[in-house]
Amino acid sequence: MTTGTDLGMPSPGGTHGVPRLPEDAPKQTKKDFTSDQEVRWCPGCGDYAVLAAVQGFLPDLGLKRENIVFVSGIGCSSRFPYYLDTYGMHSIHGRAPAIATGLATSREDLSVWVITGDGDALSIGGNHLIHAMRRNVNLTILLFNNKIYGLTKGQYSPTSEVGSVTKSTPVGSVDHPFNPVSLALGAEASFVARTMDSDRAHLTTVLQAAAEHRGTALVEIYQNCPIFNDGAFQLLKDRDEKEARVLTLAHGEPVRAGNDHVVVRAPDGSLAVVPEADAEPGSVLVHDATDEDPSLAFALSRLDDGSMTHIPMGVFRSVTRPTYDDQVRAQVDAARSTGGGTADDEDLAALLRGGDTWTVA
Amino acid sequence: MSSKPLQRLDRVVIRFAGDSGDGMQLTGDRFTSETAALGNDLSTLPNFPAEIRAPAGTLPGVSSFQLHFADHDVLTPGDRPDVLVAMNPAALKANLADLPRGGTIIVNTDEFSKRNLAKVGYAASPVEDGSLESWHVHEIALTSITVEALADFGLTRKEKERAKNMLALGLLSWMYSRPLDGTEAFLRAKFAKAPEILEANLTALRAGYNYGETTEDFAVRFEVAPAAMPAGTYRTITGNAAMALGLVSAAHRAGLPLVLGSYPITPASDILHTLSGMKRYGVTTLQAEDEIAAVGMALGASFGGALGVTSTSGPGLALKAETIGLGVSTELPLVILDIQRGGPSTGLPTKTEQSDLLQAIHGRNGESPVAVIAPQSPSDCFDIAMEAVRIATTYRTPVIVLSDGYLANGSEPWRVPSVEDLPHLDVEFATGPNDTDADGNPVFHPFLRDPETLARPWAVPGTAGLEHRIGGIEKADVTGHISYDPDNHDKMTRLRQGKIDRIADTIPDLEVDDPSGEARVLVLGWGSTYGPIAAAARLVRATGLPVAQAHLRHLSPFPANLGDVLRAYDRVIVPEMNLGQLALLLRGQFLVDVQSHTAVRGLPFPAADLAEVLHKAIAQTLEGVQ
Repeated sequence: MTTGTDLGMPSPGGTHGVPRLPEDAPKQTKKDFTSDQEVRWCPGCGDYAVLAAVQGFLPDLGLKRENIVFVSGIGCSSRFPYYLDTYGMHSIHGRAPAIATGLATSREDLSVWVITGDGDALSIGGNHLIHAMRRNVNLTILLFNNKIYGLTKGQYSPTSEVGSVTKSTPVGSVDHPFNPVSLALGAEASFVARTMDSDRAHLTTVLQAAAEHRGTALVEIYQNCPIFNDGAFQLLKDRDEKEARVLTLAHGEPVRAGNDHVVVRAPDGSLAVVPEADAEPGSVLVHDATDEDPSLAFALSRLDDGSMTHIPMGVFRSVTRPTYDDQVRAQVDAARSTGGGTADDEDLAALLRGGDTWTVA
Repeated sequence: MSSKPLQRLDRVVIRFAGDSGDGMQLTGDRFTSETAALGNDLSTLPNFPAEIRAPAGTLPGVSSFQLHFADHDVLTPGDRPDVLVAMNPAALKANLADLPRGGTIIVNTDEFSKRNLAKVGYAASPVEDGSLESWHVHEIALTSITVEALADFGLTRKEKERAKNMLALGLLSWMYSRPLDGTEAFLRAKFAKAPEILEANLTALRAGYNYGETTEDFAVRFEVAPAAMPAGTYRTITGNAAMALGLVSAAHRAGLPLVLGSYPITPASDILHTLSGMKRYGVTTLQAEDEIAAVGMALGASFGGALGVTSTSGPGLALKAETIGLGVSTELPLVILDIQRGGPSTGLPTKTEQSDLLQAIHGRNGESPVAVIAPQSPSDCFDIAMEAVRIATTYRTPVIVLSDGYLANGSEPWRVPSVEDLPHLDVEFATGPNDTDADGNPVFHPFLRDPETLARPWAVPGTAGLEHRIGGIEKADVTGHISYDPDNHDKMTRLRQGKIDRIADTIPDLEVDDPSGEARVLVLGWGSTYGPIAAAARLVRATGLPVAQAHLRHLSPFPANLGDVLRAYDRVIVPEMNLGQLALLLRGQFLVDVQSHTAVRGLPFPAADLAEVLHKAIAQTLEGVQ
């Protein structure tokens, strides 16, 4: 028993329906998006770089500033909305995706962003995150992953490696971590990407693609916590190491690891990193972010063995499917158009009477 | 016309009881509709197990529907039935104790087999062993008569047997002179796509009616004249349906889209079902992944300028607590419907209780005041829903509505209000700067309050120049910036409480009903106990004793005159379906030693029990007993 609403594919862009600045309006600048609040992250925190990238990139969207809303949960990164001069809500631990779902569904004219961290999104708010992604609500979710609880001062998080020695795990953690990209692909998020706080250019490109996507865009941002987990991603930043370890994903391009290695599809369908010279002709994986089936993207997300040997960066998946909020609104619109338009007083009177009345004179 | 003598009654209480699969709720609903159409006043009490289909023929599987109808106004579904329809031994055993001796029992003898009797521990059939001698018993083979009436139908025996509830309904309709046309029209609509099932049900219904007319077992039939009711258009309505209509009407009057975030839970789910069919009225329903997400979605919608509502029961209210606290901190309108049920934990999902009062008022971290109101009858759910929206939008605050399972599923006649008579609920959004900075430039301050209501401006995203950030972390008075200042927190805490206190300025004084003006004892209730308490007061007054009655619909804040009312009586009795939660609040706030009377049986108070409590209290007061 299914009925669908035809939204006339292909779906419009991520900011469709959000009022734009007039063509002749002066171009917005980073300053327009900077609030009067003093930024209070620790010196050296990766969050500064992400904030600067977002403030620098938002003017490019050309949207009216008042139609942009940032919703966050709890954690260091969730202070983010206070520093942006847009509308914002710093909500409660883990619940930002749910609050943003209510907002985005009831307001087509808003560009809604969620700011969250590895503890906020994957521990206490794991349920809301996966359901937002499966529904495909038109939200852009920035998941700051520093693999540690910062605001509560250094306990291990759901992305910390097994054996992490932290304040709450003096002899090492025993729980297996989530890979946020694998999780998002498992929930069939329609847009999944990974980027890094220190790579401003890559960060901006990925954010741009995420903003243009209609549906839930999940962007994992590797973010350094200089106080409680300093250097967690150093191998991916180190000039000598990163070349071989970072696999830059580009749609339509072969997936390469460093200068001389490539990703190939083995006969059993699995992926492997091999020297380019050993690769069978035609076996090199050409990245297709638009593949409806998330299996290959998932396999890419599993290439690494947990030691940051092969970390793909970029857009894993970007597919088009109807969004939750568009369809919910379409059902309301359809009920109105088939029911004779927006209900007036007479319609309400008929509703109150119902089908079975009697009169007392 | 019937050939049998007609006897006039002023009131009747009927209880239909059978197995969960016997269709007793449907039978009760249809008899209610027929009764409403005749113009009787009425009140109903559905009572069913939480299991969808408990093992057939067992005591846990018994489902019942009680209906009280009269030629005068009815306050309760009736303490004890006059007539019990028992479709099987389990239904008889589960309900017999409630039936006064001399009452009428109609039993379906087909189901009184050795096996079915053994299932509920009857060694011998009570119909045959003389144990029912004190009642007037009609032994009718309802199942076989139904099957025989449907002999010509090409249905299986099982399908034919299923129509036995319609045979019973037809018989009772004959007994109490109810018309069948409403039920016939209902069946035609329900089985429009299954013509043979439709004909079978219609045939069984008429066969039951004719059975009453022809069998010698029934010597008389009864009639109950219409009740005198104020002129108007009426319908029957359950509390949950009235709540949904009240919300839609409020949103319509306020000009706001309504967004319901909800997670299915008994006995609140019907509100979600009903509102999901009202999209044309600007209603969006979001079935969330859990209770927390449901209230989060509602709050997100409120942030965006919609009317955010969430519906739940006690366990869900517990899960929503933190988000309601966020609503207190962000000072956004939010309506939370708690259709209470027996607790703690899963408790009694399908039974009624009033034990979430303290959870509603106090059940959050920090000083977290919200408005709390409660409907007093099924149809009052309509008015209370509108009142919730008025308070939420005027004061920018969460409002918790405490209905319960009894009101949710119980029904009564409702005089349908005309739309123009509904309250106006004008909502003002902030449109521009509301203050000036030190240099005299216009600025917007999200926590600059209305001096009268103490409400902060509702400034929704999309409004240019009012960009601001809200959240659960403490905010500075006026500017809304993050603040850890000790004096500011003290001030904001008092402002949030003060705002809730000021709601009392706009709610009516508590009215006391004391026809003689001589009462020294006051009975004070809240929520769904209104009917039983009013019926008890009537019973007491009928014996010539004065008693005053008052009923609270506003629990936080209380009406401004409540303290004066409490102090005006020698004794105050507070009946509640909990262990004394309102009594605790009254003692704490007013230092009045109210006398708590409590029961948590999952059922409304019997009026006669309350009358006894009041009699005793009056006697003790007259004797000067403290």
